[in-house]
Amino acid sequence: MSTTSTPVVATAGSLGSPPDVPAAAAPAAGPSNRGAGPPEGVLRLGPGSGLALGLVLLWMSILVILPLAAVLFTSASNGLGDFVETVTSPAVAAAIRLTVMMAAAATVVNTVFGTLVAWVLVRDRFAGRQLLSLVIDVPFALPTIVAGLVLIALYGSNSPLGITLAQTRWSIFVALLFVTLPFVVRAVQPVLEELDLDVEEAGASLGASKFTIFVRLILPNIAPAMAAGAALSFARGLGEFGSVVLISGSLPRRTEVASVRMLGQIENDNLAGASAVATVLLIVALIVIILLGVLQRRAANRG
Amino acid sequence: MAEIRTSAPATSQDRQAATRWTLRLVAIGYVTLLVVLPLGVMILRTFEDGIAEFVESVTAPEALAAIGLSLRVAALAVLINTVFGLTAALLLTRYRFPGRSVFNALIDLPVSVSPVVAGLAFILVYGRNGWFGGSLQNVGLQIIYAEPAIVLATCFVSLPLVVRELIPVLEEIGLEQEQAGRSLGANAWQRLWRLTLPSVRWALAYGVVLTLARSLGEFGAVRVVAGNVLGSTQTMPLLAAQRYNDLDEQGAYAISFVMVTVAIVCIIVVAILRPKERT
Repeated sequence: MSTTSTPVVATAGSLGSPPDVPAAAAPAAGPSNRGAGPPEGVLRLGPGSGLALGLVLLWMSILVILPLAAVLFTSASNGLGDFVETVTSPAVAAAIRLTVMMAAAATVVNTVFGTLVAWVLVRDRFAGRQLLSLVIDVPFALPTIVAGLVLIALYGSNSPLGITLAQTRWSIFVALLFVTLPFVVRAVQPVLEELDLDVEEAGASLGASKFTIFVRLILPNIAPAMAAGAALSFARGLGEFGSVVLISGSLPRRTEVASVRMLGQIENDNLAGASAVATVLLIVALIVIILLGVLQRRAANRG
Repeated sequence: MAEIRTSAPATSQDRQAATRWTLRLVAIGYVTLLVVLPLGVMILRTFEDGIAEFVESVTAPEALAAIGLSLRVAALAVLINTVFGLTAALLLTRYRFPGRSVFNALIDLPVSVSPVVAGLAFILVYGRNGWFGGSLQNVGLQIIYAEPAIVLATCFVSLPLVVRELIPVLEEIGLEQEQAGRSLGANAWQRLWRLTLPSVRWALAYGVVLTLARSLGEFGAVRVVAGNVLGSTQTMPLLAAQRYNDLDEQGAYAISFVMVTVAIVCIIVVAILRPKERT
């Protein structure tokens, strides 16, 4: 299920092979006699497609744009002083700190193991490889609350292994590891599949060690994909709710993550407070996504 | 190191095999510990008290109501996201218009937003004291704490799934078919049904399965907007959480098992659809 692992940009780029005449509603004027016209291989909006675009944008406004704008607006509605006071109050600040730490830790671990799993899926051949690939998708397909219950079954208060993680910070870490497992794997896998083996063989024949080959020849190529997967995984970790809410015990200032804190605020009708926390999470996510984007471009330039 | 590098090929091959085995075992071990083992234990614990107990638990009235609601919401979300996804993907691949790249980026936004924030956002706009909630309620439209909010929240979290599957395939097939159809005098509907849909059917099916899996399982966003009224706004995931909180761990596992089964079926369907789409 590689949908979510597709990097946000670079999707709807140019069309495959552009036919010559954009058969749009431009009866007399030839398509190429003015520079301002649409690029080749692209249709011009007509009445039907214009209406469709209008409806799609209306639905996007109802579903995404207005609601998210309302969150930003509400967080600022009581002034900056209130906003700062909310997000620096001990319980909220602790929840945000814990969430950022756990999301970062899970992202780092899954970037390493995710790359390793992707490597094994692409370069290794063994019975059960297909099954391993299916299992990687389980955290994507499994409802988050079920993910939480699955972890409770193993690490809950009557753990069959005798390892009780419930109500500790470890439980949050494990839950985030579980739900973010597929991101880096599915981001790195297609890039590894495209890599040219000749380059590595040439490196090996020149006497480069496996480690050198990996660091100098492979890593620069897969680093952008690793960063993209890590960004998605971190964003997911920051907002994760379902898999964490039951097992963490949600003890304020100890095991309460930001999304659980927000739920509490919403239920106490403190919508401005919840919006403030949401805005902080949004800002943190944006910073990390931008930083990883810079890393991605640097790696791409070097490769 | 230098010694090993210059040694006989047999040793270097051994070393290569050792590296491969180590990587393989680490990968399998990690995934097993993280996913397979917990999942297996939960399934075992579901049937700890026998099959009869399990059947009773998933056919209890509140369970049947939750399953029904989840199916209804998922069906609506799949329908809405399929129509939206197809339209949006066609617009994004075939047309250029101002704000196109912003629109493109906005479609992905829901994936990176916390489900609780999504729920909060809907309350702020459609809640009783929200931007439009009051006026909507005056005309008799209850959104929050009712089914429409559950559908909205579900559409939100699964918004990009169909679009993102369709766009690469639509880019691949280009415009030739479409223009041949036009020059043969086929109207827009005929071109959609006879040309476009058949070419994208596997990608569309894939997107639909992903949307279905996501829709049946959404917890956070629905939890915030649904109000969790037993038998009326309680979906399967909400019931699982409530049973756990009511110390009915067994009942929570039972309803979870239903969702695990659906998820695994979806993964297998997707795995079957994937290669077909490439050819």
